[in-house]
Amino acid sequence: MGLLSGKATCNTHGQDSSYFLGWQEYEKNPYDEVQNPTGIIQMGLAENQLSFDLLESWLDRNPDAAGFKRDGQSIFRELALFQDYHGLPAFKKALVEFMSEIRGNKVTFDTSKIVLTAGATSANETLMFCLAEPGEAFLLPTPYYPGFDRDLKWRTGVEIVPIQCTSLNGFQITEMALEEAYQLAQKRHLKVKGVLVTNPSNPLGTTMSRNELNLLVNFITEKNIHLISDEIYSGTVFSSPGFVSIMEILKDRNCENTEVWNRVHIVYSLSKDLGLPGFRVGAIYSNDDTVVAAATKMSSFGLVSSQTQYLLSALLSDKKFAQNYISENKKRLKQRHRKLVSGLEKAGISCLKSNAGLFCWVDMRHLLSSNTFEAEMELWKKIVYDVKLNISPGSSCHCTEPGWFRVCFANMSEDTLKLSMQRLKAFVDSITTTLHNQSNHQSIKNSRRRSFTKWVFRLSFDDPMTGER
Amino acid sequence: MTQSHRTTEPEHRKPTTATAMRLIVPLQGVVQGRGGLILGSLIPCALFYFLQFYLKRHRSPNPPSPSTSSSNLAGLPRTSSRSTLSSRGSLGPVRISARGISIAKPDDSPYYIGLNKFRDDPYDKINNPNGIIQLGLAENTSCLDLIEKWVSENLSDSIMGRDGDDLSISGITTYQPFDGMMELKVAMAGFMSQVLGQAVSFDPSQIVLTAGATPAVEILCFCLADHGNALLVPSPYYPGFDRDIRFRTGVELIPVHCRSTDNFAFSITALDQAFNQARKRGVKVRGILICNPANPVGNIIPRETLYELLDFAREKNIHVISDEIYGGSIFGNEEFVSVAEILEAEEVDKDRVHIIYGLSKDLSLPGFRTGVIYSYNESVLAAAKKLTRFCSISAPTQRLLISMLSDTKFIQEYLETNKRRIKKLYDSFVAGLKQLGIRCSESSAGLYCWADMSGLIPSYSEKGELELWDKLLNIAKINVTPGSACHCIEPGWFRCCFTSLTHEDIPLVIERIQKVAETCK
Repeated sequence: MGLLSGKATCNTHGQDSSYFLGWQEYEKNPYDEVQNPTGIIQMGLAENQLSFDLLESWLDRNPDAAGFKRDGQSIFRELALFQDYHGLPAFKKALVEFMSEIRGNKVTFDTSKIVLTAGATSANETLMFCLAEPGEAFLLPTPYYPGFDRDLKWRTGVEIVPIQCTSLNGFQITEMALEEAYQLAQKRHLKVKGVLVTNPSNPLGTTMSRNELNLLVNFITEKNIHLISDEIYSGTVFSSPGFVSIMEILKDRNCENTEVWNRVHIVYSLSKDLGLPGFRVGAIYSNDDTVVAAATKMSSFGLVSSQTQYLLSALLSDKKFAQNYISENKKRLKQRHRKLVSGLEKAGISCLKSNAGLFCWVDMRHLLSSNTFEAEMELWKKIVYDVKLNISPGSSCHCTEPGWFRVCFANMSEDTLKLSMQRLKAFVDSITTTLHNQSNHQSIKNSRRRSFTKWVFRLSFDDPMTGER
Repeated sequence: MTQSHRTTEPEHRKPTTATAMRLIVPLQGVVQGRGGLILGSLIPCALFYFLQFYLKRHRSPNPPSPSTSSSNLAGLPRTSSRSTLSSRGSLGPVRISARGISIAKPDDSPYYIGLNKFRDDPYDKINNPNGIIQLGLAENTSCLDLIEKWVSENLSDSIMGRDGDDLSISGITTYQPFDGMMELKVAMAGFMSQVLGQAVSFDPSQIVLTAGATPAVEILCFCLADHGNALLVPSPYYPGFDRDIRFRTGVELIPVHCRSTDNFAFSITALDQAFNQARKRGVKVRGILICNPANPVGNIIPRETLYELLDFAREKNIHVISDEIYGGSIFGNEEFVSVAEILEAEEVDKDRVHIIYGLSKDLSLPGFRTGVIYSYNESVLAAAKKLTRFCSISAPTQRLLISMLSDTKFIQEYLETNKRRIKKLYDSFVAGLKQLGIRCSESSAGLYCWADMSGLIPSYSEKGELELWDKLLNIAKINVTPGSACHCIEPGWFRCCFTSLTHEDIPLVIERIQKVAETCK
C-alpha cells in the first residue's frame, strides 16, 4: 500500500492535545436540558450565541438578502458564477466599514488591501505561507489559542516560539519577555519572521494596553520583523479600557509611510463578533501589496461562498443594524460575563479581570494538589468526567503556570450557565475539605519520604562532603 | 597524490574583513607547474568554502534587508554590524517568504492572462458588443435558468427553516463539522450516484467536503506526497493544476505527453517510461493524477485502460487520483465509467484510489464553492478531514445544497436537460469551426472542445501558437486557451469553452475567428 505523506501522519496537527480531547468527551455525552440533563456542559467552545435573535429578525425583515435578490431583482445567476478571488466588492466595502465602526471609526480600511478567506483559520495559515519559510519562526505570547499550533505550523512548516507571560503582571507582554523569546529562537537556530498576537487576547479575554502595543511596534521595528494582530474578538469588548487596534497605534505614531507600516497585518473574522462561525468568513488586511497579491491568489484554496458574501454585504451595509448589533451584543456579553464571574466567586474561584472575549481566564491554582501540570491535568479530568464541564486547561494554551483554565460563557443559555456554576460550587466544596486533609497527610508523607531518602543517600554515598541535600 | 598534498598546502591569504569569505589561492600548484596538484589544492579549497558558507548561514543576528518601496531613511533600522553591509542587496525583499513572492508575481501563463484581459473588457451584447468573448473559462450557463427557478420556488424553506423546526438560523450559524454536515454528505453521495446513472452507490462516510475542488486537490496532495515528490499527469492537462498542486505543497507535476494520433489518450507504456525517468532523476513518484472526463481534450478513459491503470498503480505501489468533476457533463455516446465503478465490481486495492468531485461544472455553481474528496483509505480520510478546517463550505450554502440535491426528481431532470443542451451547443460550435477548416478532436464530454488550429499558426512551434493566440485575443477578441498553457506537446491546439455561449453568440464567434483565420492563410 502506498504510504501517506509525512504531513498526514505527523502529530503537528495537535489534535491529540487536551483541548480537543475534552471536546471529544463532550460529543460522546453532550448536555441537553431535556434529553440529557446530566451530560457534559460545553464551556470549551468560544462561540457567541447571545445575539441570534437580532440576526434572525433582520433576515425576516430583509428576505432579499437570503433570497439572492437585489432591489427585488434576482441576481442568482451572477452569484452562482461569481468565483473571483478578489471577493464581492459590495461585501468587502461593507466589511471594512464594519471593521472601522468597531474601532470607533478611529481608523479606516481600504478595500484594496483586504483579502477574504474561509475563516480566520485559513487567514492565519495563509499569512504564514506568505511571510515565512518552512523552519522559520513566529513569536507568540503565552497563553495562546491552542488552535494556533495546528493552524500556523502544520502545512506551513513554521515554528512557534513562546513569549512567556506570567500572572505577576496579569499576563501582559514585557520588553524582557520579548527579548528572551527572540534569544530562545536564536539558540534554537530559528530565524524569527514576526510576532503574532491576539488582541483582544484568547484565552485571557483582555485587550492589549497602549503600552504593550507600543512595545510591540518598537520591537518589530528594531528586529525588522512582521507583526500579525489577530483581532477576531475586537467586537466583543464590553467594558473599559476600550479596544485599541494596532492600526490606531501606528497612526498615532505617524508610521504611514515608514517601513514598519508594511509589516503589520490584521486578521479578522465574523465568527466571534457576529456569532457566525458556520459561515466561514475571515479576512487578512495588509498594507503590503505583495502580501495582498500573494494572499489573494492563495485564497483560491478557501474562498467564501458568493451566497454568503452577498447575504452579509446586505446585512453589514445596514449601518443602523450594524451599530445597534454591536452595542446590544456588548451589553449582553457584559451581563453574561458578570454572571460567570459572580458564579465563580461563590465557588471561591477568582479569574483574571477581563473586558472582552467570550470566556474568562479562571484561577484554580488553589485547587491543585500540587503546583504542577500533572495536578492540573488531574483537576481537569475531574472537572470533565465528574463535574461534567468541558473547560480548557491552561497547559493546552501553553501557559507557564499550572492551575489556569479558560471557561466560556457565551455559548449556552443563562440557565445552563447557572447549572454549571452550581455543579462547580458543589465540586469545590467537596474537594476543599479533601484537599485540606490531603495536604496534611501529604506533608507527613513527604517528610517521611524525605528522611528515608536522606538515609539511603547517606548510606550509598558515604561522602563527608554532601551532608544535606 | 596524498603525498604531494601534504608537501604543498596552498597558502591561505588572511582576509581584510573578518566577515567576508576567505579567499584561497587554489591555483598555486598549477602555476608552479605541478599540474597533478590541482585536485590536491581544489578539494581542501572546496571544503573550506563550504565550511565558510555553512558558518555564514548560521550566524546571528539576521541582517535587515533593503527597502524596495519608496525609501524613507528614517524608517530603516540602524545597525553597525558589518554583516549587514556585506549582505545588503543579496536577496531583495527578504521579508516576504520566497513562496509568497513567487505566488504574488503577475501571471505569465496565457491561461491567466486571457482571463484577466477578459475581466477588463467583457463582451456584452448590448453594452459592449466589441468586447472579448470568453471561451477560456469552463463554465456552463446553459442550465442556470433551471436552477434559478428551483431556488425561487424552494428557497424560503431551504435555508432559514420554519418556526418550530430545528432548522432555524442557529442551526447554520454555529460551528459545523469542518468536513461538512452529514446531511450534505448523504445528499452528495446520492447526487454522485445519480450523475453516474446509479451505476455506483457512494458511501457518505467516505466523503470529505471542501470549499471547491481546488482545495480538495491540494489537500489530497498534502496527504499523499511529501515536498519534492511527484505526480504523473497525462498531458495536455488543466492549467490550474500547476497552481493548485505546486503552489504550496512542493509536489512536482511530471507531464506524460499524449498525442493526437492516439486522440490524446494516455498509454501505460508512456506512464511507465515517465515513472522510470523520474526514478533515474532521483524523484519519487507518489501517484498518477487523471482527469476523467479529460480536460482540455474532453475524451473519456475507456474501461480497459482504467483496469490497466489500477494494475500499474499496484505494481509501482502508488496512488491514483481521479478528478471526475466533469462526470455529469457527458454529451456523446461513449459510456463514462467512473473508477468507483471498477472498485465496486472488483476486489482491487481500494486504498490507493481517491476521487475528486465538485458542483462547479455539473451543477453550474462555482460561486458556492463545493468540492468533494472521495476516498477508500481511512487514513487519508482522517487526515483530509482535519485539513478541511482551512476550507469548509459555508453553512448557508450547505443548507441550500442539502435541499437541492435531495430533490432527486429535479436533479434527474436537470442532469438530462444539461446533457442535451451541452450537446446542442457542441454540435453547433464544432460545425462552425469545421466550416473554417478547423477540426476538433473526438470528444464526448466536458464544457469545451479541443480544436486543431495548427493550419493557422505561422510556425509549427509554441511561439507560433502563442502568436495566433495573441491575434485571437487582441484582434478577434476571443479568449481561448492555447495548448502550451496545458502542456500539450503538439503546437496549434486550443481549448474553446462553449457552454457559456448562447446559440446566437456562436456565429459571431465563428465570424471573428474567420477574420483572423483569413489573415493567417
